[in-house]
Amino acid sequence: MPGKTLFDKIWDSHVVADLGGGVVLLHIDRHLLHDLSGSGALKEVEAKGYVPAQPQLAFATPDHAISTRAGRTDDTFPAGGPLLRGLRQRTSKYGIRLFDMGQDGNGIVHVVGPELGITLPGTTLICGDSHTCTHGGLGALAFGVGSSELVHALATQTLVQRKPKRLRVSFEGKLPKGVTPKDMILHVIGEIGAAAGTGHAVEYAGSAIRALPVEGRLTICNLSIEMGARTGMVAPDDTTFQYLAGRDFAPKGALWDRAVEHWRTLGSDADARFDREHTVDMARVVPQITWGTSPEHVVAVDGLIPDPARAPDENRRKAWEAALAYQGLEPGKPIAGTRVDWVFIGSCTNSRISDLRAAAEVARGRQRAAHVNAWVVPGSERVKREAEAEGLDKVFTAAGFEWREPGCSMCVASNGETVPRGQRSVSTSNRNFVGRQGPGARTHLASPAMAAAAAIRGAIADVRTL
Amino acid sequence: MEKFTKVTGVAAPLMRQNVDTDLIIRIERLVGTDRSDLGPHCFEQLRLKADGTADPACVLNHAAYRDAPILLAAENFGCGSSREGAVWALMGAGVKAVIAPSYGDIFFNNCFQNGLLPVALPIAEVERLAEETRASPGNARVTVDLEEHVVVSPTGRRIAFEIEGRRRDALLQGLDDIALTLKHAETIAGWQNADRAQRPWVWL
Repeated sequence: MPGKTLFDKIWDSHVVADLGGGVVLLHIDRHLLHDLSGSGALKEVEAKGYVPAQPQLAFATPDHAISTRAGRTDDTFPAGGPLLRGLRQRTSKYGIRLFDMGQDGNGIVHVVGPELGITLPGTTLICGDSHTCTHGGLGALAFGVGSSELVHALATQTLVQRKPKRLRVSFEGKLPKGVTPKDMILHVIGEIGAAAGTGHAVEYAGSAIRALPVEGRLTICNLSIEMGARTGMVAPDDTTFQYLAGRDFAPKGALWDRAVEHWRTLGSDADARFDREHTVDMARVVPQITWGTSPEHVVAVDGLIPDPARAPDENRRKAWEAALAYQGLEPGKPIAGTRVDWVFIGSCTNSRISDLRAAAEVARGRQRAAHVNAWVVPGSERVKREAEAEGLDKVFTAAGFEWREPGCSMCVASNGETVPRGQRSVSTSNRNFVGRQGPGARTHLASPAMAAAAAIRGAIADVRTL
Repeated sequence: MEKFTKVTGVAAPLMRQNVDTDLIIRIERLVGTDRSDLGPHCFEQLRLKADGTADPACVLNHAAYRDAPILLAAENFGCGSSREGAVWALMGAGVKAVIAPSYGDIFFNNCFQNGLLPVALPIAEVERLAEETRASPGNARVTVDLEEHVVVSPTGRRIAFEIEGRRRDALLQGLDDIALTLKHAETIAGWQNADRAQRPWVWL
């Protein structure tokens, strides 16, 4: 019998019952609840006459529908106030831990899970949010679910699931100059497409992944859903254990040693089989920027805006044409130099302390272009406090960037913080969909350093030549 | 959950790749709008121009397709955000079934929680259905029959589709997953007791 993959080991050990036909009842170890999906799910659990089965395994933090303006209140974004109050009321009623706005532990749900040690290797973790795959960076089996499945999991601590196939993406070699984890994953999505991972669990492996700190692994796993995969993961190793040691909800003392011993057994066996494999030679990866309205619409920053006449098939030609029209771009021109109105540094993809450091390094001693609005939205209270202790906030404000409170903000634009219609944004977030950052907004995804470079130049710029 | 057995009606050919759930329903609509009121906002970014008036170039605004119960689309329909509001918005707009070559995984699961049927057919078949529909807009009828797992094209071609037995049965009967799962309550408790001993650090 061949060996098992990381994914199979976690999946198999969480099967509570085999329901037949490839369907199992899978145990869920962790729920993360945010103000948008979590409030509604708890209300629905109640309406159906159930109660949360294991409230001590659920954690809540408002992030989606709260303002990130300095001096914000519950109702700075009025439509979010009722969601926030609903989350408070129901988490209190059921004894679910809540990290409220402004408190230590609050922030974007996919930033605080790892940061507090709620996310642990070998656990199954869900949230009513597609970027739940982020947590796979610590070796958890984490995936996003819709409202109904969230209600099911709260009421039963299980989900009815079908086992996906396995895809391994290996990054081999060293990161070239200016290349970040964001560029690695955008590069792959450009190569294999936004649906390549559909129906698959992805494992990221290879020497470049092993050399990455945990925060970079979280960024890579975060974009798994942008290649269609509900879950992406990295095998836990010493880097993982060093990151988790001492965190609030990570085990301590003898229990820690026992946990680490278990976690060391989780990596894919040498003879484990994957349904698909894809290998990336890191020497070929350069800083990336998206040009269109799907994350697969991505080019090297020193490349050209693609020509639909050269699209590989008719449907893609139409998609490219529609994307170029929406984005207001001309095919065949260099993407660098495209004028930018907004820069957003934040989101569950790129708002951790290492991201802010990378952006601050570019902004330090420079000035944003006069026509650009540049926002920095830290991923959590802790990230914000750590950045302020290092003086990063001062670096940003001195460069003319706005330093804000933690939250999802302009990545998902569900809190009224939007890029105005027709304006162009370089964003460190995860989706360049039509209207994602606001109706008519034009988004280009890039790394924190590239976003900062765009703010300085006032145009899409190659961070390597700044 | 709503039962699904069979639907016959006009199929709107929205032959676009990577239709994401942000495009199906904008996130602001999910803040403070009741799920039963999402239908009018479905695909508003495609249907409406910047000034809020209907865009005549959008296929969904054609008189023939405005109330179509079936939607035809290209690859990776429903990719992106996990928002179940995308399914509620489609159903609120009267859509009962979608026919596309592939779907976003989370959207696909969400469909089966609500009674919307996502049918997967090869792109060539979906394109042919679109052509037959365009040949007689508003008159061409497509049937999606779950009991027979077959799509009948406007010209009467029968195209079989695959669907997992458990999902098919759940749709046909409108079953509630939670009640079914709770029949396993003792097994779940047994698993949890064993896990508490094996992985005590997970149990806070």
